Amino acid sequence: MTVTTPEQAPVAEVPKEGATRLVDRVFKMRELAILIVFLVMIAVTQAGNSEFLTEQGIKDLLLNATILVLVAVGQSLVVITRNVDLSVGSTLGITAFAAGTYLQGGGDPVVAVVLAVLLGVGFGLLNGLLVSLGQVPALVVTLGTLYIIRGIDSIWVGSRQITAADLPDGFVDFGSGGVSAVPYLALIALAVLVATAYYLKHYGSGRELYALGSNPEAARLAGIPVRKRILAAYTFCGAVTGLAGAMYLARFGNVDSGTGSGYELTVVSAVVVGGVVFTGGSGSVYGAALGAMLLTSINSVLPALGVSSVWVLAINGILLILAIAVDRIVALRVASALKKRNARHA
Amino acid sequence: MTHPSTTGPAPVLALRDVSKSFGAVRALRDVSLELFPGEVHALAGENGAGKSTLIKTLAGVHRPDSGQVLLDGAPVAFHGPGDARDAGIAVIYQEPTLFPDLSIAENIFMGRRPRRSLGRIDHKATHAATLALMRRLDVQLDPDRPARGLSIADQQIVEIAKALSFDARVLIMDEPTAALTGSEVARLFNVVRTLREQGAAVLFISHRLEEIFQICERVTTLRDGAWIASEPLAGMTEDDLVRRMVGRDLDELYPKQDVVPGEVALSVRRLTREGVFTDVSFEVRRGEIVGLAGLVGAGRTEVARAVFGVDRWDAGEVSVGGKALVNGAPSTAMAAGLALVPEDRRAQGLVMDMSIERNIGLTGLRTTVKAGLMDRGAERSRSLDWAVKLQVKYARIADAVSTLSGGNQQKVVLAKWLATRPDVLIVDEPTRGIDVGTKAEVHRLLSELAADGVAVLMISSDLPEVLGMADRVLVMHEGRLTAEIPRSEATEETVMAAATGRAAA
Repeated sequence: MTVTTPEQAPVAEVPKEGATRLVDRVFKMRELAILIVFLVMIAVTQAGNSEFLTEQGIKDLLLNATILVLVAVGQSLVVITRNVDLSVGSTLGITAFAAGTYLQGGGDPVVAVVLAVLLGVGFGLLNGLLVSLGQVPALVVTLGTLYIIRGIDSIWVGSRQITAADLPDGFVDFGSGGVSAVPYLALIALAVLVATAYYLKHYGSGRELYALGSNPEAARLAGIPVRKRILAAYTFCGAVTGLAGAMYLARFGNVDSGTGSGYELTVVSAVVVGGVVFTGGSGSVYGAALGAMLLTSINSVLPALGVSSVWVLAINGILLILAIAVDRIVALRVASALKKRNARHA
Repeated sequence: MTHPSTTGPAPVLALRDVSKSFGAVRALRDVSLELFPGEVHALAGENGAGKSTLIKTLAGVHRPDSGQVLLDGAPVAFHGPGDARDAGIAVIYQEPTLFPDLSIAENIFMGRRPRRSLGRIDHKATHAATLALMRRLDVQLDPDRPARGLSIADQQIVEIAKALSFDARVLIMDEPTAALTGSEVARLFNVVRTLREQGAAVLFISHRLEEIFQICERVTTLRDGAWIASEPLAGMTEDDLVRRMVGRDLDELYPKQDVVPGEVALSVRRLTREGVFTDVSFEVRRGEIVGLAGLVGAGRTEVARAVFGVDRWDAGEVSVGGKALVNGAPSTAMAAGLALVPEDRRAQGLVMDMSIERNIGLTGLRTTVKAGLMDRGAERSRSLDWAVKLQVKYARIADAVSTLSGGNQQKVVLAKWLATRPDVLIVDEPTRGIDVGTKAEVHRLLSELAADGVAVLMISSDLPEVLGMADRVLVMHEGRLTAEIPRSEATEETVMAAATGRAAA
């Protein structure tokens, strides 16, 4: 019984490599596809309206996308773990108002931003604890916190409103300023995006988020601290949503008790359009950011082409369903391709 | 003798008088076990004897209710699988536990990846280490390929590589050979022997007795959660081992009545579902129990699902009592007299939170109707009738099925389908994970049904069950029917040979 099976040696290398390349290409394609759709859309719009890509035009495009990109990055981490955070809209609203109230009283802008982030961390922790300890579906838990946070916001804010006039000039200028066509806020979002992507790829705990979204039971057996990781993902999501709240305040200068209402669904759409799979384990924050860019720029593209903006919502919906349909078809194709290769070279 | 003898070197890992219960079910009762360095130890016992619970206790997944886990002679408390792994205990579970979206390299090194500066993962080192492991195992798998779509054998290889990757002192393998072919088993055994020579302790579980005798030195036997014996294998015969495992005569466990088969009840011709199974043809006659054997993943369950209409087929035809069935329509299959008791009773067979009464009633939603509304009284009496017939043990029929033991849950699934009075009954792993007593009852029931003229198609991975119950054995291998063996010629060897493709003639 001392067999050393040399007969297997030279066979499989080439086709398996091929299978890998195929899969690689498809996943890279997923982000590439959104990028291409995005660029084509911009190019067509520019062709139809040469006023579209002026310096101010580009700046507006980036500014509009910035806040959604940021929240989508946070949401991606949660979705990768096979969960969801529906409370981001409420969190955005309440953190923006908190930062505004503090600034209204003559506070320091940096402290205001820190305050918003910390408040976001608090709500993220709350969500994370409820989901990881309560073993209750995230959809239900965060639907609950969506209403709770919005409720607290309404009681606290009442009919008050913060306007740009109440805020320090420096804060508001920062919100609309930038390096030529690139707004400061977009640079911050970009920094968060790149850092998060780097963390997910190069740190063990980042890869573990994918692992536990891909197969929760196996993650437990592999000794991954599942609850801790889920808690961390929610906390991060809360933190960037808080940051996004402060940026919302700087950008628009106008916050009331309804700020951020319904925003969670836009965020989830952006994430899914960007190829982060809703059942966890797969997708990238770059994809989510591209999804956010695509969705927000439709808002600018339609008016520039002279189409009524009432079409925006319907087009967003179509994009969402297209994205899911494409993902599903691609997944089936890849699965059958891999299976066939296996069968042939077994 | 409550403790195994302690001679020679001290055990690396041991259990002392460990008990573990899940609700009312006592999975382990005062079980002791000692694993020595440089020794391959077999764990024998029937399905449901407590082997998996024992393994999960060693692996830190379960904590014992009483008794101790000893590491190097000192009591330890594992607070999770990570603790056990850090203590040098590697476990290969029966069902591969891979992350489908991650690469093979990441699957192997999850949680313990080579690091470079600032705590970052060293992707290059991970890749190289994976290649080295693949070379050591003599297999060709691309480390960067995602685990999704790997064959069962390849998944098992990844699991073994994972165990090798951290030079485990204790390697626990739960039926690692179930899905492997002959040469793959030989390769695995080479790895096991190398590890043993390096001083690792190995705990090996297999339902193939010849493998136990081939590679193990000592064996511990469990029956119904209780420790039966720990002894050297030298001088034992396979019959000795079976007697310890079963604790009774096999005839009693497999009460098969002889019947003369009637007319053809189920006929499957050239059934194909692309990429899943190909050109499957067979017949089941009234009064017959036909066993469908094969390795996990051979396509048995998929054939059953297609026949019943849960999945569509791409080519071929199915007829019940001479009448062709519509492709992909379970309701017409049911109307034609077909019933399918699915493999996974929790996910597919039962609505766990619903009462026994309602679960059995589910198959009668179209018949127990009065003026368009459910007739609750008729539903209750129909359910009670069948629950009594099958001797389901419950407190109240309105209790949720989740409160029942596994064996009684299985009886509820059977009751649910028998209540449709089927002509053809397909049962998929009818006795998986249920205790020996209930197992014998299920077998008696199937035998009686066949005697009453029902055609039974029984899918089972439990080889003794197939051999003990079936009039004919059909064997599948990689999506094809490779053999049809009459009862008189069916042995473990002939069935396994066909199931592993060794005798694909």
